[in-house]
Amino acid sequence: MQPATATLAADGGRVTLSGDWVLAQAPALAGQVERLRPRLDASTVLDASGIGRLDTAGATLLLRLGEDAGDTARLDGLGAHQRELLDAVARAVHAPAAAPPRPNGVVELLANAGKAVENFWHDLIELVGFVGLILSELAGSVWRPRRWRVTSLFFHIEQTGLNAVPIVALLSFLVGAVVAFLGATILRDFGATVFTVELISYSFLREFGVLLTAIMVAGRSGSAFTAQIGSMKAREEVDAIRTMGLSPVQVLVLPRVLALLISMPLLSFLAMIAGIVGGAMVCVYVLDISPGMFMYRLQEMTQARHFWVGMVKAPLFAFLIAAIGCLEGFKVSGSAESVGAHTTSSVVQSIFVVILVDALAAIFFMEIGW
Amino acid sequence: MSETVIEVRGLRNQFGEQVVHEDLDLDVRRGEIIGVVGGSGSGKSVLLRSIIGLNRPRAGTVRLFGEDMARVSAAQRHAIEQRCGVLFQNGALFSSLTVAENVSMPLIERRGLPRTLIDRLAALKIGLAGLPPEAGAKFPSELSGGMVKRAALARSLALDPDILFLDEPTAGLDPIGAAAFDQLILTLRDSLGLTVFLITHDLDTLYTICDRVAVLSQRRVLINAPLAEVERQDDPWIREYFQGPRGRAAEHAALAAKRT
Ligand SMILES: Nc1ncnc2c1ncn2[C@@H]1O[C@H](COP(=O)(O)OP(=O)(O)OP(=O)(O)O)[C@@H](O)[C@H]1O
Ligand SMILES: [Mg+2]
Repeated sequence: MQPATATLAADGGRVTLSGDWVLAQAPALAGQVERLRPRLDASTVLDASGIGRLDTAGATLLLRLGEDAGDTARLDGLGAHQRELLDAVARAVHAPAAAPPRPNGVVELLANAGKAVENFWHDLIELVGFVGLILSELAGSVWRPRRWRVTSLFFHIEQTGLNAVPIVALLSFLVGAVVAFLGATILRDFGATVFTVELISYSFLREFGVLLTAIMVAGRSGSAFTAQIGSMKAREEVDAIRTMGLSPVQVLVLPRVLALLISMPLLSFLAMIAGIVGGAMVCVYVLDISPGMFMYRLQEMTQARHFWVGMVKAPLFAFLIAAIGCLEGFKVSGSAESVGAHTTSSVVQSIFVVILVDALAAIFFMEIGW
Repeated sequence: MSETVIEVRGLRNQFGEQVVHEDLDLDVRRGEIIGVVGGSGSGKSVLLRSIIGLNRPRAGTVRLFGEDMARVSAAQRHAIEQRCGVLFQNGALFSSLTVAENVSMPLIERRGLPRTLIDRLAALKIGLAGLPPEAGAKFPSELSGGMVKRAALARSLALDPDILFLDEPTAGLDPIGAAAFDQLILTLRDSLGLTVFLITHDLDTLYTICDRVAVLSQRRVLINAPLAEVERQDDPWIREYFQGPRGRAAEHAALAAKRT
């Protein structure tokens, strides 16, 4: 490939162009063209007979060179096909759209803060509305077994429940062991190591079992719901469902919500057991509390209400996570980036809401003396 | 005879039990516009994907510019890929970039080009593809079906490729747009010496711009020849394709256009 050159001949009235005017040469050519432009005038003749290959990038640069020289600047010696290309390019070329002016930084910061607050408020209203929609659709289909989507329901139970068993169990087991270590270290100073049993059972039954599960489920399943529904939305699949006279909430949302309502309590139960087993391991092997002693204290000192305090929260969290996950999915617009943004938002929102509700519940149960 | 730029030999593609291609041969010469036709599901898109290396064939070789695509080094492969422009059947535009950004992206990746030139080139490709200037700022989800095709064409032209692979470029274009598209391809071929691999169901396009037509049927290329020769073939599918009411109408139109 010959390097392209544009040289201004000695008499100043004639510019000789040579070489291949193609994209590969464009970086070097662009500089030459810009340098040459101010020296051209209406009478300059552009001699293009030396040009070898010409592509659209080269043609663009040629036109740029001819721009200032005006119509009278003649392009001599172009082949018929190259002339044709140049004409096609000239017809197609239009100024690139000007970038919108950038607002100043402080104003932008304030505007963004305002937008964020407003979005938060809108999200909240939308979530409440969506929860209402789910409940009304649920009420509408509960008495009509024909509308139940059993296959879809079981599929989602498998995805969100069964497949999450190993990770939830492992995580709870480890956290249980950590809590036991932590408790033992402090309680040893008071010679009250044996209370570690209560520490583990209380914390896992009331809080950790369900909270750990909720966080795992939000990260695993809530995000999956958003991504699934979001990419369906982006590809107009949701619209297709609607045009078939079906309700997207019924087809897509109800099976997911119900599946989580069923699998979350089961997973929470599993997490409680795994956490207590993890704690028990530490007690038995590190703290010299015998297994019999552990079981005895567990049975004697821990009342069943602690279990129920934890358990009632599971369906509530499940509903919130599923609703947020699905709603964020429906908010997706067009692009792949939007799917990503809403998936992130779905996980952040669900974990935030879960912890918020958990804190409120803790205050509530404390006030009623449970 | 001029140099062969695409050479496919003994290609076999299979998905599970389903054999899509078997012992398929195809040659495309430099500077020619080859039209690939075949029924829906006959494996045209899969053939395209195999040629550009997105689909690893079960057997057979694909040579692009004389290089065996299965054996070349990564750097060579990259260089060859830069000489190919591809328009996918469904556009495959990057949904999170605007049309102008979609078109500029390959140019930016090349490095060394000044930003102003990139913007100008992107605007030019958008114009060449027949889109209005405002379309550059739009996101793919805001485009109509035909505009998606045009934007995808603009992107495939971005690097001024040597071979252009087009998967049903005129599907979804209005007839005026489709005719303008045909002219554009002809102009580019004549002035740039472009080789065009064109999958199409558009008989008008076939009659107007294709130098040769490859018919894909029964898992292989039945015939790869100038249109007149293809039409004379004694194959039931080919006869129905070209002698059906639509085929005849397109032929008349093409003849009439040539006479005037
Ligand atoms: N990734 C894949 N996995 C399994 N089967 C596939 C895959 N891609 C294509 N096929 C099958 O290969 C066959 C050929 O598909 P291809 O997309 O090439 O058809 P086509 O000729 O382009 O049709 P159309 O004109 O409708 O675009 C089809 O039967 C399709 O189902
Ligand atoms: Mg196809």
